[in-house]
Amino acid sequence: MNKTVNQKAWFLVLPVLLLVAFSAVIPLMTVVNYSVQDTFGNNQFFWAGLEWFEEMLNDDRMWGALGRQLMFSGIILLIQVPLGVFVALNMPKKGFWASFCLVFMSLPLLIPWNVVGTIWQVFGRVDIGLLGHTLAALGIEYNYTSDPFAAWVTIIVMDVWHWTSLVALLAYAGLQSIPDAYYQAAKIDQASRWKVFRFIELPKMMGVLMIAILLRFMDSFMIYTEPFVVTGGGPGSTTTLLSIDLVKMALGQFDLGPAAAFSLMYFLVILLISWVFYTVMINLDKREG
Amino acid sequence: MAKITLDNLAHSYLPKPGSEDDFALKELNHDWEDGAAYALLGSSGCGKSTLLNIISGLLHPSQGRILFDDKDVTNAPTAERNIAQVFQFPVVYDTMSVRDNLAFPLRNRGRDETYVSERVQEIAQMIGMEDMLNKKARGLTADAKQKISLGRGMVRKDVNALLFDEPLTVIDPHMKWELRTQLKKLHRDFGHTMIYVTHDQTEALTFADKVVVMYDGRVVQIGTPQELFERPEHTFVGYFIGSPGMNVIPARIDGNTAYLSGAQMELAQEYKPLDGKVEIGVRPEFVRLSQTEGMPVKVRRVEDVGRHKIIRAEFFGTDINIIAGEADPVSADMNRVIFDNAHVNVYANDWRVQGEAA
Repeated sequence: MNKTVNQKAWFLVLPVLLLVAFSAVIPLMTVVNYSVQDTFGNNQFFWAGLEWFEEMLNDDRMWGALGRQLMFSGIILLIQVPLGVFVALNMPKKGFWASFCLVFMSLPLLIPWNVVGTIWQVFGRVDIGLLGHTLAALGIEYNYTSDPFAAWVTIIVMDVWHWTSLVALLAYAGLQSIPDAYYQAAKIDQASRWKVFRFIELPKMMGVLMIAILLRFMDSFMIYTEPFVVTGGGPGSTTTLLSIDLVKMALGQFDLGPAAAFSLMYFLVILLISWVFYTVMINLDKREG
Repeated sequence: MAKITLDNLAHSYLPKPGSEDDFALKELNHDWEDGAAYALLGSSGCGKSTLLNIISGLLHPSQGRILFDDKDVTNAPTAERNIAQVFQFPVVYDTMSVRDNLAFPLRNRGRDETYVSERVQEIAQMIGMEDMLNKKARGLTADAKQKISLGRGMVRKDVNALLFDEPLTVIDPHMKWELRTQLKKLHRDFGHTMIYVTHDQTEALTFADKVVVMYDGRVVQIGTPQELFERPEHTFVGYFIGSPGMNVIPARIDGNTAYLSGAQMELAQEYKPLDGKVEIGVRPEFVRLSQTEGMPVKVRRVEDVGRHKIIRAEFFGTDINIIAGEADPVSADMNRVIFDNAHVNVYANDWRVQGEAA
């Protein structure tokens, strides 16, 4: 059969193009627009070129926020991934308790971000919070409003509490897909518990685990609401993560130009890191294939 | 290598089994002789795999004991029993190379590397994978993976027994033949006690010295292939072994005469009065069509399978099969059938009844 050329088919793509244009491309372009201009009152705009980008790149403020952000994402990944896998390994495989665990562990995932923030904000307060008050009664100095270390511990524990379930559930799904015969064969081969984990469970979980890591990285890298509710970025700017800083700059100070430049660089960093993740995942697949 | 004794063994997957029907494996007493090759034959779900898993310690039986050389191992873990088992579907360690896969059971037992590599080489040769040793196990074909599983099962020399749970299901026919030959050779060379589960009778009959036939959680007959063919102890054995299986026809027995619906025939032996469901069984090989003598039969179809012809016929409402040689004439006017009475067995409630000389 001969294929005939029919350019009208392009019209079929049009709805998608329009949708993407209005939902992503045009809003992004307005940001690009702001980032190369200086804004004054009365809607006066002046061409600024790459000035804002240069300013941002030379500003310690952004580098500081980026550093804190990387530290935050790094720490929560280091805790949540092993902890999630550990929880998944110890969950019941079937029966009533398996369902119970699944539902119970999904609960934190269902709580809205700002509610999570409020819960921990109250929980950690020294005057009325269960945690803060107990620690104070035990003589442990803990005050997230004045001590940067306490503030960091609080937001990290909060994130671990909120999101470890996601890693655990994904890892659990990976584990459930392993046929019994693998465990039986391992017993026959007299493999130790560690070797069962290393050579059966971990390889079978690798796919979902990479997705879990990617999801957790992206989410934590863009986190805003929870730490903002608990610490507001303080004390000082010790817990000011990228989005918190960005919102301060754009809405608090109304510095549209620098904030737009900041947004674009933020976006590019996320894109870059996701690309690295993707490449690593693909290569991992290939190497093992 | 060891003699394996099953003493009053039974297993149910239910926590509190009530009636006998709850048992996947019904009470069983049996000795697996040291160094013999057994085939465990039966249809799917008859308890074969359950039995294997109990022997290897993957399952703990609901009742009874297992003894290896008269030492009770019922509560011993799999590792202590030192058994090799190969499963129906390939199990390989994906992230390891073929070499490491084969070496895995030896390394776990702490054997030194020179011995390990020597053994791996031997096994690789046996399963025909020498040139693939350095490849990652992931991404190999299903039958290559299964060969690795087999290899891992055979790599230890000092095992008490080798258990195979339908290991050749996923392997293509040509390789199947070769691997089976290798297994036989392995058995001859090392004399391991081997139990080979299958539902393929050819596989069972060619592999084993003794065939154990299971039906509905019970061992119905243990014997040489010859015995299974000539004197099936249970109608299931008759039906399951042979191609096509034994013809089973409802009958009433009186002394040495069998009354089959509208016909009757003389039996070689005499029988006491029998209760319950009474049938006679005769293999298609011992049935002959004729124009003149015998009992009436209606021929439905003739299938030429190459070496012989299979005739599908109706005998008073019961479907029967007849095997005729390639050279034997089959014509439309052959509407009579003769059962060779030396090879007719009598069954009461599915179990064979031994007659007395007439």
